[in-house]
Parts: sequence; structure tokens; C-alpha cells
Amino acid sequence: MLEATLSQALYGVSYGLLLFMLAAGLTLIFSMMGVLNFAHASFYMLGAYIAYQFSTWFGFWIALGAAPLMLFILGVLVERWGLRRVHKWGHVPELLFTFGLSYIIVELAQVIWGRAAVPYRVPSELDGPVAWLQALGITFPQYRMFMMAVAVGMLVAIWLLLTRTRIGLVIQAALTHPQQVEALGHNVPRVFMLVFGGGSALAGLAGVVGGNAFVTEPAMAGTVGAIVFVVIVVGGMGSLAGAFIAALLIGLLESFGKVSDLSVVKLLASLGMPLAPDSTLYPVLTLTLSQVAPVLPYLVLVLILIVRPKGLLGTRED
Amino acid sequence: MAELRVITFRPLNFGRWVIWGFTALLFALLPAFFSKGFALTLMSQMGIMIVFALSYNMLLGQSGMLSFGHAVYSGLGAFFAMHAMNRIAAGSLDWPISLLPLIAGLAGGFFGVIFGYLTTRKAGTPFAMITLGIGEMVFAASLMFPGFFGGEGGITGNRTAGPPLFGISSLTFGPQLQVYYLIAVWCVACMVAMFALTHTPLGRIANAVRDNPERAEFIGYNTQRVRWLMLILSSFFAGIAGGLTAINFEIVSAENVSAVRSGGVLLAAFIGGASFFFGPILGAIVFVFFSVALSEYTKAWQLYLGVFFVTLVMFAPGGLASLLLMNLRVMKFGKFKRLRDPYVGVLLTALTAALGTVMLIELTYHVTLDTGQGPVTRLFGIPMDTGAPGPWVLAAFVLLCGALAFEYYRRHFAECWSEIQIEIEDWIRDNPT
Repeated sequence: MLEATLSQALYGVSYGLLLFMLAAGLTLIFSMMGVLNFAHASFYMLGAYIAYQFSTWFGFWIALGAAPLMLFILGVLVERWGLRRVHKWGHVPELLFTFGLSYIIVELAQVIWGRAAVPYRVPSELDGPVAWLQALGITFPQYRMFMMAVAVGMLVAIWLLLTRTRIGLVIQAALTHPQQVEALGHNVPRVFMLVFGGGSALAGLAGVVGGNAFVTEPAMAGTVGAIVFVVIVVGGMGSLAGAFIAALLIGLLESFGKVSDLSVVKLLASLGMPLAPDSTLYPVLTLTLSQVAPVLPYLVLVLILIVRPKGLLGTRED
Repeated sequence: MAELRVITFRPLNFGRWVIWGFTALLFALLPAFFSKGFALTLMSQMGIMIVFALSYNMLLGQSGMLSFGHAVYSGLGAFFAMHAMNRIAAGSLDWPISLLPLIAGLAGGFFGVIFGYLTTRKAGTPFAMITLGIGEMVFAASLMFPGFFGGEGGITGNRTAGPPLFGISSLTFGPQLQVYYLIAVWCVACMVAMFALTHTPLGRIANAVRDNPERAEFIGYNTQRVRWLMLILSSFFAGIAGGLTAINFEIVSAENVSAVRSGGVLLAAFIGGASFFFGPILGAIVFVFFSVALSEYTKAWQLYLGVFFVTLVMFAPGGLASLLLMNLRVMKFGKFKRLRDPYVGVLLTALTAALGTVMLIELTYHVTLDTGQGPVTRLFGIPMDTGAPGPWVLAAFVLLCGALAFEYYRRHFAECWSEIQIEIEDWIRDNPT
């Protein structure tokens, strides 16, 4: 029992860390430029596809480096030739530009790689369960462990970059006082461009490690996109730490929700109040937690909005 | 000191009678010119989409709320209409089929009250994300309760099962023509109602909340309440559109509440132009053309729609309506002659570049998706062999030439255009009134 719980927790944490990889880029871009990048999940999908292509040509390890690099270049191009043009019209057209872009990217991926899932596999070095966990009676894939390591490594790298380097300080300053930073002689549009590229690269990296852990298909952008938005709203718009907590929360909720057969009817029965199958709410109350698992993240969103509209660690009012 | 101008309130002036009368007449006469089955289907869907896009624009254009979950209201409305239709067929509900959209509208409005209370607590970007979340939640939930939503297959009904309209036995909404007229009547009624709403105090204060929520609060309005009210009314009209969908297709499934629908109505409203009342009408027509007519010819229609949308966002964020009005203004000032030649150049080169792009996309699509049908595909009626380099080189050449020439003419056009706009604005500044 304990082993099963631990294994579920590991699955949840690894999924949560993947969500955080996506949410981190999105939050950085949002808090810096005020742009909610709707194409972010499409970049994630594109990262997975590019990694698949590169891994068939040169192997997985090259793809691990090349796909984020390609996404970085793509992000820079999108910012320089797309977003910057639209910037003068205001935030809504910026958002809609990325929304349209997400359409185009998903469609283009279908043109190039087809509509079915592509066989993007875990590299053979990382196939199979983790040996020392196996010895403890916990079955957990090595690749998931690798995924967690990549996410944690990325987390540390971002943190070091933002707090310990010169460019990081400029980025932090440009978050709150762009005009003053510009007056001090820094090229703020270029900083924006690099942040957008960096955020896209993070999405690409998430795609590389997420694409073979799950399925690489055109629909993967849609399935993860909405969840990532939930993560950054629940965590508080613009808060990296909040996004981290919310991502882990949603990840754990998903993994525990999926295997639980708890339902209101069972709960009532165990409390000594069995419900007759012909009562009006019976079909709703008999749903198990695993059946309602897809809506759980959104229920968390709704609850947070009622209880704490700012989000867990948010500071912005709107 | 500027003289005080007295504005008299005349909601039913002559100009409006003419415009709405003409619109109604157009709706009534269209089937006389386009009586083919496909044209009727197309026009019916356009009518529904017009109502849906206008209801969406009550949020986006008039109250500044960018919603990504508007299909929730139309979809849920459609489900309620479908259940009501089945009740009518079973004889347990006494209600005319022609008034089903009213039930759908009330259902949509009811969910607007519930979800709107949550979503309108925020404006701006958080509102957009929360509506997206609510939309996903409803979509996921709709697959969870097959009793009401019918699971993957959806639920079906029969629109002819009810009592005939006005007691005339042939008016049972069996033929598509009768359905078209039902949609047309509802569409015109909703258009008039939504236009009238823009002139009510609520419509005006919604504009104020969109432009400057802080000032609206200072003069004593609760901005959240205003947004909520607008969302409820908007979801009522969205519900009506959903009810019309239920009657038109006789099937409603989870797809009706999906993010695809919500995204579609956003595209339609924005393509038409969110800042004008009539913009979404144009947008709805173009969108249905893309999604129904163009999808008959190519599988890549969503790609074309996406490219079209992004191009508009980048170069004309006011949508088609703003393009139209800007050109009308140029014509009014008698300067269109100077734009004629640049226009011809830009349009011809753009068309060439588009042709090259379409060829490339269609060829690639054929290779990735239709490999089973052999290497030869037909483009514009001409057979092309995707296995040989010829068509690819031709497509790339056409695209390259078109793009280069387009860039040249675009610069020329942009120069002429901004010159004329400056002249017009100077004239307006020098000649007030």
C-alpha cells in the first residue's frame, strides 16, 4: 500500500515538474511582456516533434539539445517579426496573435508529420524501471526520474540566471520598471526578445522530455495547454514560486485522482448512510474520483477563484 | 467655447428603418437567388453564426472581455433545446418548435448567471484564462454524464415532430428552406435586439467599463456587476444561436461546447471587426465560408483560416469592417483614384504569393496524408505528380516571385496609403464640424 502510494506520488511529482517547465516559460513571458502566450503549448508540441525528428536522425541526446535551440530561434523570430509589430495595437491583439499562431503551428505540424501520433520513444539507455527503487518495491520508470532531473536542473539554472547574473538582474528590473531600465541604456526590446526566445526554449525542452513520456500527437498542445493556464492562474499570475506549487498540486491531484475509486455514494455508505440507487442525484454521486479526474484541475481553479482570487502566491489584483 | 450640442433621442429614425428593412428584405429574398441545397445549408449556418458572433461581440467589442469559452453557453443551450425537442416529440411538453431557441436562450442565460459570477470577477487576461478553464471543465464534464449529454455520439432529435406552425400542415420545418426562414426570422430579431441593447444605458456603461473601469467605478458603477449583466445577456443570445443549431442539425454533441467552437466564434468576431456593431456579421459570413465551403475543397482549411486571421491581426486589427470603412473614407474624399494602381499591384502579387503557398501546402498535405492514393494529386483541376520535382519547383518559384514582388508593391502601397490618410486627417482637423 505504502509502495503504491509512493509510486503514485512520484508519478504526480514528475508530471507536476513537467507542468512547471511549461508554466515557468509562460509566467516569465507574461510577467515581463504582459502577453499571455497562447502558442506556448504549441511550442511544447513542436519541441516534441522536432525532438522526434532529430532523434531518428542523430539520436536522443542530440535532440535534447537541438530542439530547445530550434525553439529558441523560432521564439526570437516570432517576437521580432510578429509580436513586436502587433505590440502597438495593445494587449488583446497580442494575445490573439499568439492564439492564431497556435492554430497555424498545430496545422503545420499536421502537414509535416501527419495527423496520427509519431513513434517518438524513450532512449534505450533510460528504458526500464529504476533499480534501487525496484529493490524497495516501488516500480518507477527511469525516464520519469530523468524527466524530474531535467526539470529540477532547469529550475536551478533559471534561478541562478535570474539572481546571480547581470542579464538576470536586467530582466528582473525590466519586469517592473522597463522605462527606467531603458533610460539606463539597456536595450529592453532585445531583453524581451531573449526572454520570449528563452521561454519558448523551455517549452521546447518540456516537449523533448514530455513527448516520449506521453504521446507525441497534434492534440498534445490542446490537452496540456488548458492545464498550464490553470497552473498559472492558481499559482497567481506572474509568480514563479506560485506556479511551482500549483504545478505540483495539479500533478499530484491528477496522479492520485486517476487511480482512486472513491465516490460520494461510497463515502456515505462507509458512514452508515447507504443511498438508494433510484434517488435523484444518484448518477452524479456514484461517479468515482477517477471518472471526474479530468475536471479536477478546473474545479481547483474555480475554488481558488472563489476563495483567493489573486491565486496562491499572486500579488496582482487583475 | 464650443457650443453645446443638443442630442435628441430618436431610436426609430428613418435611416434605421431603411437599413433594417433592407436587411430583412435581403434575408427574405436570398433563397430566390440561391436555392440550391448547398447554398441553403451555407446560408442557414451563416444566420446562426451571425447571432453567435454578435452575442460574442457583446463581450469582446462592447465590454472588452476576451472570452475563450463562449461555446459553453450556446452548446448548453443547444442541449436543452434538444431535450425539449424530444419532449415535444414524446408529447410531454406543449411548446412550438419555432420557439425552441427561446428555451435554449433561457438555458444559456441561466448558465451565464452561474459561470458569469465566477468569470467576471476578473477582467483582462485572467478573464480570458478563466473562461478557457470553465470551457474545458464543461467539455470534460459533458463526456462524464452520458445521460444528459449523450456521450461521444451526442443526442439526436426530430424537428418535424412538433405541431405545424400556425396550424398550416405543410409548415413542419422538414424542408431546409423552412428552417432557413426560421433562422432568418430569429437572426433578424436578434440582430435588432442586440443593436438596440448597444443604445441602452447598460450598453453605454459597458463601453465605459471597457475603456476605463476605474473611472466607471468612480462615477458609482460596480464594474463587476456590469460585466456580469452583459455576460448574462450575451449568453442568452448565444443560447438562441445554440437552439437554432439544434433545429438545423438535429444533433448536438460534446463538440458543441468544445474549445474548437469557442475559438471559432472568436475568430469570426475578430475577423469581421470587434469595434463595429456590424463587424461580426461580416466575420460570421467569412468564417462559415471558410469552415463549410472551403473545407469541401481542402483539408488544410484551418491552416488557411489561421494564416488569414494572423495576417488581419498584424496588419488590420480592426478587422474587415475597419478595412471597409477606411476605404470608404478614402472614396468619400475622392482620393481613391491614387490608390487604384497600388491596389492592383498589391492584390495581384499577393494573389501570386498565395497561389504558391497554397500549392506548396496542398502538395505537402498530399504526401503526408493521402499517400495511399498514389503520388498524383489534382490542384485546381490540373494533375500534379508529387513524386517528381517539377510541381515543387514550380510552386516554390511562384511563391518566391510573388513574395518578392509583393514586398516591393507593399512598400509602395503603404507609402501612398499613409500619405492619403495624413491628408484626410489634416483636412478634418482644419475643417471642424
